[in-house]
Order: sequence, then structure tokens, then C-alpha cells
Amino acid sequence: MTSSKTHVQTPKIEMTNVHKSFGTKDVLRGVDLTVQPGESMVIIGGSGTGKSVTLKCVLGLIKPDSGTIKIDGTDTTTIDRKDHDTLMGKFGMLFQGGALFDSLPVWENVAFGLIHGHKMSKEEARAVAIEKIKAVGMGERVADLYPAELSGGMQKRISLARAIATNPDIIFFDEPTTGLDPIMADVINDLIVKCVKDLGATGLTITHDMASARKIADKVAMIHEGQIIWVGDIKDLDNSGNEYVDQFIHGRADGPIKKHSDLAA
Amino acid sequence: MTVVLNLCSNIGATILGLLSSIGAITAFAGQSVAHIFKGPFFIKNLFRQFIDIGYYSLPVVGMTALFTGMVLALQSYTGFTRFNAEGAVAGVVVLSITRELAPVLAGLMVAGRVGASIAAEIGTMRVTEQIDALTTLSVNPYKYLIVPRLVAGTLMLPILVLIGDLIGVYGGYIVSIHMLNFSVGGYISQTLNTLQAIDVISGLIKAAVFGFLVTLMGCYHGFNSGRGAQGVGAATTNAVVSSSIMILIFNYVLTQVFFS
Repeated sequence: MTSSKTHVQTPKIEMTNVHKSFGTKDVLRGVDLTVQPGESMVIIGGSGTGKSVTLKCVLGLIKPDSGTIKIDGTDTTTIDRKDHDTLMGKFGMLFQGGALFDSLPVWENVAFGLIHGHKMSKEEARAVAIEKIKAVGMGERVADLYPAELSGGMQKRISLARAIATNPDIIFFDEPTTGLDPIMADVINDLIVKCVKDLGATGLTITHDMASARKIADKVAMIHEGQIIWVGDIKDLDNSGNEYVDQFIHGRADGPIKKHSDLAA
Repeated sequence: MTVVLNLCSNIGATILGLLSSIGAITAFAGQSVAHIFKGPFFIKNLFRQFIDIGYYSLPVVGMTALFTGMVLALQSYTGFTRFNAEGAVAGVVVLSITRELAPVLAGLMVAGRVGASIAAEIGTMRVTEQIDALTTLSVNPYKYLIVPRLVAGTLMLPILVLIGDLIGVYGGYIVSIHMLNFSVGGYISQTLNTLQAIDVISGLIKAAVFGFLVTLMGCYHGFNSGRGAQGVGAATTNAVVSSSIMILIFNYVLTQVFFS
């Protein structure tokens, strides 16, 4: 609704020249990325190009070696632990494997952030959790099951319900469709689009599943060898004029991206 | 020449690795202990650990203490008859159990039972990103996972050892009375005359230290587990081996402090 004024708004996420290396391996070599409020940004790229590390740096799970990461204009790389916990309250995260707590029943998983982060009473939190479980298309009866009793697709949905339970500002999706059959993958894609829209949240997704990217994204960024090499609207993806992007979206073995370079490095 | 150099560099690398692990473990311990005194506290998790670490370790510790007490009576009797010193059996049993054997053996049994399960559980949580998930849900993993285990280990092991003391001494008593034909009154008065408060107290303090060490090593190795099933397996092994060795080292150090 404020798209005409986007250029004057403070970006939701602003990464500037972010570097990170593990031992002698430079994973991020100067990542620059800006995500505007309400936008759904999808980062695409091959395995081992730094997608996950980028996401974990924004989340604060990994501390970058240099560069700044601003959330709503505040640099998160220098804030103390307490402010960091407050910041986490703005975030929701859908982990690749679901990362549900297997010692807790489904409803407590969904309500976890409400009970411990937002200090909601258990009864209230359970009601919200059941509402969110329904929002991801599942019945109330799964609430008292344990995560191990659910199939992979159901676990992903519950994990999505947990990610949206606290009505976060920014939701992160780590390869949301990996390990799912094509139909379930599409169900998850639809749910992601619906949930992000309903909350008016900003989305940041990393994936190598192009069907998923096309469905979820407003904007796409391509990461290669630790740098963002192309950013554009989803509608421009097919005529990006970038041979790396073309090779990736068409899944060709031949092209400028050499897979064996992973092993040589 | 190169063989010698290689040998030296290997020894050096091992020592450096050892020193850096000691540093990392100390830093981890310091950070964990700091979180014990600052809320929020997860009381439900703490009680679950009391049950897991304390209550469910009772059978193992009880059996260990019982048979250790029994074998002590038998061994010291057969040894002491050579010097006509059978009267010392009761004293040897009670001192060995309370000062040394109950705390050390209970510590080692708990290291195998609890240390391994903590490392495997927290390691699996690390590998499946559940620890990252805690952080993103605004819950500090130190407070939620590590503090309850450390507190429960430190408080529960002395209680287990106290029970082990009683069972162990009773084991020695059974063998002495029923198999070695000691008199009931004589054995009991011998036991009570030998025993001093410091014998029991030193054993309980040792137990608290061992409980802390076992849970610390379980948490540390689980928390820093490598990737995949292999990583969790290695974390479990390292937790048991390192806590067992630390129990033996600290046992010597504490004995030196108490009785010299």
C-alpha cells in the first residue's frame, strides 16, 4: 500500500559488506542485500554458496566477521544479549528439518514462544496455538500428539505454525520444501504465501527449489561464491541477462557455475 | 630427523589441542554457572532432571554400593586373617565406602548413565537445529537446557551417595554377620567407633563435585556436537571418557585437600 514511498522507508533488513569465514574457508565474501517491509525476498543459489550462513547471520545465530546487518535501522552485530533477545521476538523461523522439540507435544511446540517469550498463560497460549494449527490446515486433534508421531509434511506445517504463532515482523524460511513430495511442497508454498500476507510480515527465504521460489517471491537474489550476484523482481527472473542466473534456473550442468570448484576449494 | 620432528610436532599439537579444550570447557562452565543465578528459571525442567538424574540412577548406584560393600568385607577378612586383624574389617568397610568407593563408583556409574544420555540428547538437539530454534523463540538454551542439568547433577549425586553409603555398609554387614560369623553388636560398635563425620561429609562434597563434572561434560560435548549421527556418537563417547577421567583426577585432588 505504501509502495510509492518505498524508497524513503527504512529497509526491514539491510546487509552491508558482510564477511564470514570458517577456518580458511571464506563463505561470505561481502554480501549486500536490502529487503523492504512487507516484501518477500527469496535467495537462490547452489549448495555451499553461503545461503544458510547468510540467513543465520541475519538471525544472529552466527556472528559475521565484518560488515553490518541492520534490522529496522538498528545494527544487530553490535547490540548486547538482552536487546538481542528482544529482537528475536520480532522473528519467526521455519527450520529446514522442522526442528520441533521432540520432548513436547505439538501444541506446546507451537505455543513455546508465546509461553516463554511473551509470558502468556498456558490456557491462553494453547488457544492461540490451536488457532495457528488450524491456520496451517490441520485439525485440533494433532495438538496433543508428539512430533515423532507426525509425517514429514505435517511436521513442516506445525513448524510453520510455530514460526507464525507470535505474529512476527519478519519470517525466515530455510529451504521450506526440501524433503517433501511435490504436492506437499506446493501446499507449504501456498501456506507460506497466505501466512506472510495475513500477518503483513516481511519474508526471507533461502531455497534451491525454483518452483517454490516462483510461488513465494516478490524479489529474488542469487548468491554465488559468497556474494549476491543478481537481485531483481520475480517477473524479471527469466530475462535477467545474467548467465549465472540462467544456468541456475534452468538447472544446466554446463555454464559459468562449475560444480567441481566446490571440491577444489 | 624428520621422524623426530614429526613426533615433536604431533606431541605439540596434542598438547595445544588439550589446552584449548580445557580453555573452552572452562569458559563454557563459567558461562553456564553465571546463568544459574539469573532468571528466568525453568522449574519444570529442573524437576524433570531431578527425576532423571536422581531417582532413575538409584537402582544402579544401589546395586554398585551393595556388591562393593559385600566384596570389601570378604576381601579384607581374607587379607586381615593373615595378620590376625579380623577386628578391623568393620572399620575398613565403612571408611572405604564413605570416603572413596561410594562417591567414585557412583560418579562413574552416573557418568555412564547420565553423562551419555545428556550428551546424546543435547547433541541430537544441536544436529536437528532445536538449539537454534530455542534461540529464535527468545529462550536462552543455557537456561533452558544446561542450568537444570548442572543443578540437578550437583544436588542429586550427594543424595545418591548418601543412600549408597548406607547400602554399601549394610552389604558389608550382611557378609560379615551371615558368612564370616561376626557378632552383631561387635560389628556395629566397631563401625560406629571408626566412623567420623568428616568421612561422610568429604564423600558427599566429592559427590557434588562429580555430579557437576558429569553433567558439565555431558552438556559441553552435546552442545558442541559435530554433524550427523557420527557427531552425536563421538560427543557421547567423549562425554563419558572425559567425565570418568576428571572424576579420578578430582578424586585425588579432593582427597589431598581433605586428609593431608
